[in-house]
Amino acid sequence: MKFQSWGQCALAFFAIAYLAGVYFASSPIWMGFSINALIVTLAALSWNITGGLGGLSSFGHAALYGTGAYASAILQVKYGVNAWFGLGGGIAAGAAMGAFIGGLAFRYGLKGSYFALVTLAFAEVLRICASSFEWTGGGSGLQLKLMPGLAQLQIIERPWIYTGLLAVVGLVMFLTGLIKHSRFGAYLIAIRENEDAAEALGINTYKIKVQAMAISGAFGGLAGVLYLQLWLFIDSTVVYGSAVSVEALIGPIIGGAGTVWGPLLGTLGLHLLGEGTKSLLPNSPGLNFVFYAIVLICALRFLPQGFVGFAARFGAFNKKERDDA
Amino acid sequence: MSILIVPAILSGMMMGAVYALVALGLTLIYGVLHIINFTHGSLLMLALYVVYFLNLHLGLDPYLAIPIVLPLFFTLGYCLQRGLIAPMSGGSEQNVLLITLAVSLMIDNLALYFWTSNTRSADIAYAYDTVEILGALLPLGRVIAFAAALAVSPVIWAFMAFTRTGAAIRAVAIEKRGAELVGIDVNHTYAICFGIGTACVALAACLLFPTFYVTPQVGYTFVLVAFTTVVLGGMGSLPGALIAGLLLGIIESLCGLFLGESLGQIGIFLAFILILLFKPSGLFGKRAGS
Repeated sequence: MKFQSWGQCALAFFAIAYLAGVYFASSPIWMGFSINALIVTLAALSWNITGGLGGLSSFGHAALYGTGAYASAILQVKYGVNAWFGLGGGIAAGAAMGAFIGGLAFRYGLKGSYFALVTLAFAEVLRICASSFEWTGGGSGLQLKLMPGLAQLQIIERPWIYTGLLAVVGLVMFLTGLIKHSRFGAYLIAIRENEDAAEALGINTYKIKVQAMAISGAFGGLAGVLYLQLWLFIDSTVVYGSAVSVEALIGPIIGGAGTVWGPLLGTLGLHLLGEGTKSLLPNSPGLNFVFYAIVLICALRFLPQGFVGFAARFGAFNKKERDDA
Repeated sequence: MSILIVPAILSGMMMGAVYALVALGLTLIYGVLHIINFTHGSLLMLALYVVYFLNLHLGLDPYLAIPIVLPLFFTLGYCLQRGLIAPMSGGSEQNVLLITLAVSLMIDNLALYFWTSNTRSADIAYAYDTVEILGALLPLGRVIAFAAALAVSPVIWAFMAFTRTGAAIRAVAIEKRGAELVGIDVNHTYAICFGIGTACVALAACLLFPTFYVTPQVGYTFVLVAFTTVVLGGMGSLPGALIAGLLLGIIESLCGLFLGESLGQIGIFLAFILILLFKPSGLFGKRAGS
């Protein structure tokens, strides 16, 4: 991403300094917490492709995340496939689910609130199915066999998990930057700004939107698989639950929807806040979500472009370009 | 099997009437404010807790709680719209959706914090007395809920058709700018409408509670069913919501009968997806979805 102001540089610097500082933190809690935050960041980056760049706000990104996790888990548990193929399978399944949901929803011209509702319904159908069928482990979920080692993508040492996740998040952010500045990204942004105008200019909006959902699904599936490899266990609530969908959308909106750094900044900020609540008020289930909600409302009202858009106001390199952050 | 179908349809209709009542509030809010209100389920949950605590501490019967809970939730809905949703959203559709989602997250998780995730229900003995209708034994509480939900719909319809406030609500729904020009206080009317919608939910809670339970998550299930009802009935259509609610109750009950209890709700969500895809304007809606 091209930075447009010193403010944005400072924001990125803080994020990197924090992520690097985790290696030197005195307590292992920081690393455990940051590992979780990075997995959520991946889900947020997935939402960011459709919700941020394309303006197609999904309320059911758990459908993609969960499908990736379940596909990999089923391949490994039921068919004894190697975890790396499971990873590929999970990403492919996520992309396929994204294309399927997008293909159906856009085929019938659903937009805005209707699209949000249909994605929510898909996630809910998948959750109920996953908790009811034998094949997906039913209510008790699926557990991977403990086989430590890179060969089965089961890394035990926390610093290595963290380093690996940093690399994956970096890669997905790099890909997001490539997509944003490609012709495809320009089409997608055109659709977000004015779909009818984009259509009139000869853009095949249906195709672009379905492709965006597939890319988003691949990223979401990746996030789900990495969650599985970290905890070696999934069940329907954990990966298809509404909390996943909510976390995937809050981070980018607060950080700056449609930007490369926004999902990371928003998710890190929220998780720091959540962790702060936990340490101040232990044994307070759900209270972190109360604060997320307050931050979300304030961000919608006062920071319509998120942290990234807010930071763009400080020390802009080029006053004219400032507005198209 | 056929001997089970009639009771299943009847008990589905009893539950469907409650869905219809919840959906009436939601469709009213959608029809006038054109917003999809995610707080609806959470407000239902909150009302269920209020009824529960009134029963627990004051020994108040859920049906006798109606005169207390209804005005309380009307005021709550009014203040929520006027004090939070309208000023914070700045009028954008996407922001309203997200803000109602955020408010519902807040209510649900505060409930979880204060009241824990324990399932609570009251021991109201007569609610499970059975009534025999067409050979099916139905709990009295459900039959009362069914009758009350059917009775409320014409009341709301009459309110909209014959009162000045009802006329103002209809005017704002059709042409906001025009209503403003003839001197209608649009923000006040929006908030009134939100209050009525919330009161519907509170009434549903009073009718539902004797034969149901409450947990902080109960709203989420209901909000999805209510969305389905509203979309199936046609966004903003009051008779549509009523018929769709009954229909979905039957669908759920039959799916539960044929596929097993845990899959009962699948029928509702599949119906939701199919309607959104093939007929987003619903059974009685005028406009197509956009």
